[in-house]
Amino acid sequence: MFKRILIANRGEIACRVIETARRLGIETVAVYSDADAKAMHVDLADYAVRLGPAPARESYLRGELILQAAKDTGAEAIHPGYGFLSENADFADACDKAGIVFIGPPADAIRAMGSKSEAKALMGKAGVPLTPGYHGADQDPAHLKAEADRIGYPVLIKASAGGGGKGMRLVERTEDFDEALASCRREASASFGDDRVLVERFVTRPRHIEMQVFADSHGNAVHLFERDCSIQRRHQKVVEEATAPGMPEDLRQRMGEAAVAAAKAVGYRGAGTVEFIAETRPDGTPGDFFFMEMNTRLQVEHPVTELVTGQDLVEWQLRVAAGETLPMDQSEIFAFGHAMEVRLYAEDPDGGFLPSIGTLNRLRFPDGNDIRVDTGVREGDEVSPHYDPMIAKLIAFGDDRKEAIRKLIAALRATEAAGITTNRDFLIRVLADKDFQEGTLDTGFIAAREAALLPGRARADEAVLIAAALAVLDGEAQSARRRAAAAGDPHSPWAMATGWRLNDSGPVDLRFRDFEGERSVSARFDSSHWRCRVEGGDPVEALLLGWDSDGLRVRIGGTLMRFGLDRTGERFTLFSPSHTYVLDRIDPLAAATGADQSDHALTAPMPGKVTAVFVKKGDAVKAGTSLMILEAMKMEHTIKAPADGVIETLPYAEGDQVGDGAVLVTFEGDA
Amino acid sequence: MSVLTTTYDPRSEEAAANRAAMTALMDDLKTRLAAVKVGGGEKARERHLSRGKLLPRERVRTLLDPGAPFLELSQLAAYGMYDDEVPSAGVITGIGRVAGQECMIVANDATVKGGTYYPMTVKKHIRAQEVAWQNRLPCVYLVDSGGANLPNQDEVFPDRDHFGRIFYHQANMSADGIAQIAVVMGSCTAGGAYVPAMSDESIIVRNQGTIFLGGPPLVKAATGEVVSAENLGGADVHSRISGVTDHMAENDTHALSIARRIVGNLNRVKPSSLKIRDPKDPLLNPDDLYGVVPSDLKKPYDVREVIGRIVDGSEFDEFKKLYGTTLVCGFAHIWGYPVGIVANNGILFSESAQKGAHFVELCSQRGIPLIFLQNITGFMVGSKYESGGIAKDGAKLVTAVATTSVPKFTVILGGSFGAGNYGMCGRAYSPRFLWMWPNARISVMGGEQAANVLATVKEDNMVKAGQTWAAEDKEAFMDPIRQQYEHQGHPYYASARLWDDGIIDPKDTRTVLGLGLSAALNAPIEPTRFGVFRM
Repeated sequence: MFKRILIANRGEIACRVIETARRLGIETVAVYSDADAKAMHVDLADYAVRLGPAPARESYLRGELILQAAKDTGAEAIHPGYGFLSENADFADACDKAGIVFIGPPADAIRAMGSKSEAKALMGKAGVPLTPGYHGADQDPAHLKAEADRIGYPVLIKASAGGGGKGMRLVERTEDFDEALASCRREASASFGDDRVLVERFVTRPRHIEMQVFADSHGNAVHLFERDCSIQRRHQKVVEEATAPGMPEDLRQRMGEAAVAAAKAVGYRGAGTVEFIAETRPDGTPGDFFFMEMNTRLQVEHPVTELVTGQDLVEWQLRVAAGETLPMDQSEIFAFGHAMEVRLYAEDPDGGFLPSIGTLNRLRFPDGNDIRVDTGVREGDEVSPHYDPMIAKLIAFGDDRKEAIRKLIAALRATEAAGITTNRDFLIRVLADKDFQEGTLDTGFIAAREAALLPGRARADEAVLIAAALAVLDGEAQSARRRAAAAGDPHSPWAMATGWRLNDSGPVDLRFRDFEGERSVSARFDSSHWRCRVEGGDPVEALLLGWDSDGLRVRIGGTLMRFGLDRTGERFTLFSPSHTYVLDRIDPLAAATGADQSDHALTAPMPGKVTAVFVKKGDAVKAGTSLMILEAMKMEHTIKAPADGVIETLPYAEGDQVGDGAVLVTFEGDA
Repeated sequence: MSVLTTTYDPRSEEAAANRAAMTALMDDLKTRLAAVKVGGGEKARERHLSRGKLLPRERVRTLLDPGAPFLELSQLAAYGMYDDEVPSAGVITGIGRVAGQECMIVANDATVKGGTYYPMTVKKHIRAQEVAWQNRLPCVYLVDSGGANLPNQDEVFPDRDHFGRIFYHQANMSADGIAQIAVVMGSCTAGGAYVPAMSDESIIVRNQGTIFLGGPPLVKAATGEVVSAENLGGADVHSRISGVTDHMAENDTHALSIARRIVGNLNRVKPSSLKIRDPKDPLLNPDDLYGVVPSDLKKPYDVREVIGRIVDGSEFDEFKKLYGTTLVCGFAHIWGYPVGIVANNGILFSESAQKGAHFVELCSQRGIPLIFLQNITGFMVGSKYESGGIAKDGAKLVTAVATTSVPKFTVILGGSFGAGNYGMCGRAYSPRFLWMWPNARISVMGGEQAANVLATVKEDNMVKAGQTWAAEDKEAFMDPIRQQYEHQGHPYYASARLWDDGIIDPKDTRTVLGLGLSAALNAPIEPTRFGVFRM
């Protein structure tokens, strides 16, 4: 076994590899970009080597730097994780040349699987089922129809020169073929000036089912059962599970054999995944399956396989790479129970799933026997725009699928991340979907249920607003007490924050802003509790019962409730079991203080990059004039003059990175 | 440490009657206060708001730390005076926390007669400054006033404690290191112009605040110059040209945020010489004070029933419990602050006066604040007592109370009559604060007593002249005297004239005292030098 390995990756997978290596007594070398200098994987590793600036092409994709780091630190092998250089055959070659073991398949196998057409040809030879189709030159309608009949319906007729959905016809029955072909040809001819077509099997309600395979350098290859990754959004996997729901045993066996055959066909070594597309049969179970591609690396979703098989796939990778034989043969590998994984992302499902960049002011994960959390970030870390914004993988294990779902939902409810927007609530809705729970899934699942799964941002209801108000009020009381203590008058009744008035009680008015507008709560203390009135509502009795490490317990009306809470500055993020609410407290005094300054300066609404500057110092501009463009979170924001004025300073130039709140432009005098 | 117990029976008929009486008094007070708090009425308020200004109470609330208490002074000032047209005397004063520090806030109410100064307005403003000075509280003036009320100039302008005293106080407090901060949120005319001008730091609100010695009409009359108020003394003039103001604000809220910032930068440290404990709620329920205190002032009760409902843990370490028993003295804590309590438990005798003087000496020696709980008809009279030197002993108590340097707080729980008022730290003895319960009465003697005294004098003269006085005629003579005393001795009458700092809910006594104590700690407790005690 190796004494020391280098992990050419970052985030959760780097941490994941380090964990196994450490357990096996292998020393680890991390690599990092400037953005990751304080990252978790760097802290976990025994050694760490800087690669370069934040962008991946200048750091994690610089194979030569990584090899140098491995040489410098005496690492004998490199684990590439997933993504980055994991499927880069040239890098695998370079490792070989440098005498460093690439923990992955041989470069040739990567190359063979890297080309789709070559891979398909190879698989076809090895007897792995491919999507049936006819791509031939003989365009005689009778011949095409005969091919269609051979392929089996439904089929898709596609214009050979086509694209973008044009010139496509779905044919359900042989009787309809001629007419559809004629129509398709007319359209193809009109659109592309070429009426040649091809015919392919159309997979109705496709399921994404993949087989985990493993091969060693001694000619052994096994599979570790399948994973179902049908719950996808725009080809991004959202939920992954092992084993596939409703998978008939004979199908599993055939798919496993096909996957092993595929691995053997390319002289595979190490961990790989053979992805299939499977048809859904009328009874809901998967039916015919066809080869899609082979991923020549460890997959993101490998933990579900680990949980059902009880194996550590990273350990297998290390053993195989070190030249050992596979730890088990096929007959020794069993799957037990059910495992399910969701990917918690820093993204905004209600904002088109755009990545959400920022600081993880709060990050709380559940713990529990059957819950596994794979993460590479900690509370306080940044989610940067440079890399994949995945925060963690949450994996639950249950005796059966239903139990795994229940546990995973519970785990998500106990997961709290603030400072960035996450897809937590969206994931909970997917898992809670009735069809999903019953195992009715296909790759179109999310698209078909978009309305239900993305009902729009939930506005804080009365209870949430009151809970936020109670948190503010208690915060004021605590800060007043702290100040009193610092002033040597620790118990001063002046530190009361109940709006005490002589022979009366004064209201404490609190204002918040949410994504839609302003919300206000007026609270008045009434001897032992608050009476809170949310704008437009009736007063409700409310009391803060106490805090726990992550949240607050309140009584609102007659109901006791708990909310998770993160307060960062004046931003309150409240977590209910199913929703995350973000409320920004408006401090009228601060707002007033800002009032006179905002006329003189413009600040960046979010961190981003200046992509264009249209004005220069001394320019007189009119209100509404475009001053510059800020690119943030893949969107362009035009910064406009708020009023007429003269540009005094322009601290940033094109290409500069700016932080949240950075002053972009100042105006002379009153703008 | 001994814990007070109670003999109060909440289920007794008497308790129910007492409770009903006190509840009625408090309800009446709150109703009147609610009316007073409307200020100059709905119309004037709407006009005020339409100019984009905050109402005065809103200004105070915005200035204070969120949710911070506001210990308002003289809520009923000018009540029943000036045809009841000047609620709260047109100015809101009180102590509140700004940026973590207790400050005196003086806020003109422009909805009341344009915020002009009536005699009681001046008295209230000056009283607030006196409290600020005694307790070394930074002063924030929220100015919105047309200056002196011209029809009442004779009672506003010329005397020592009239308008000019306001600026005398500002200058001398500033000299004493007590910050003077003015926020000009409206007119600041003539003498009023000196409030910001005499302040350490001043803020003016754009398009709202104006400061000038003579307004546009006066200027036109004097020199013929035609000029707008804004051009004569607006924010731009004073912030950019004259330098009368230091900060220009866009609006009320902005101005108040600047004021908060200024207070936050004062670099003040609260001196502390008290050994403060963790506070404990009283074991005896303060709510029961309503039922404990007899509705009839003449009815005696044990004042320890009150003490036990005010002090921490109802713990009270009595001094000379067995001696001079009509005056209860002892040590306790209120909100964690050590206090010496002097409370009437009947008429004052020589022994009780001596005991009181001794106890005041103890507290002075130890630097412990004093709380006087007044319920006193006076000193004992009669030849036995006069010859026993009760005047001399009373004088000892008055001397001790008058000359001690520890902070003094007086609460009038019931009667405050005659020399008893002096010995128990009445208004003339400069307690830091003096509050009344709504059932209290204050006068040189009780109404019945006064009527009797005057009737006896008259009757003696009539007898000398050989006349007789029919019983009904005597009654007709005495009744108006009783009524006059009842009217003038009523807390509303007293509060209107600033004989006290306010009427408080008995239930709130502990909190009010706690706030007062904490505020008083802003001034160091100086060593006492007593006067000559007549032995």
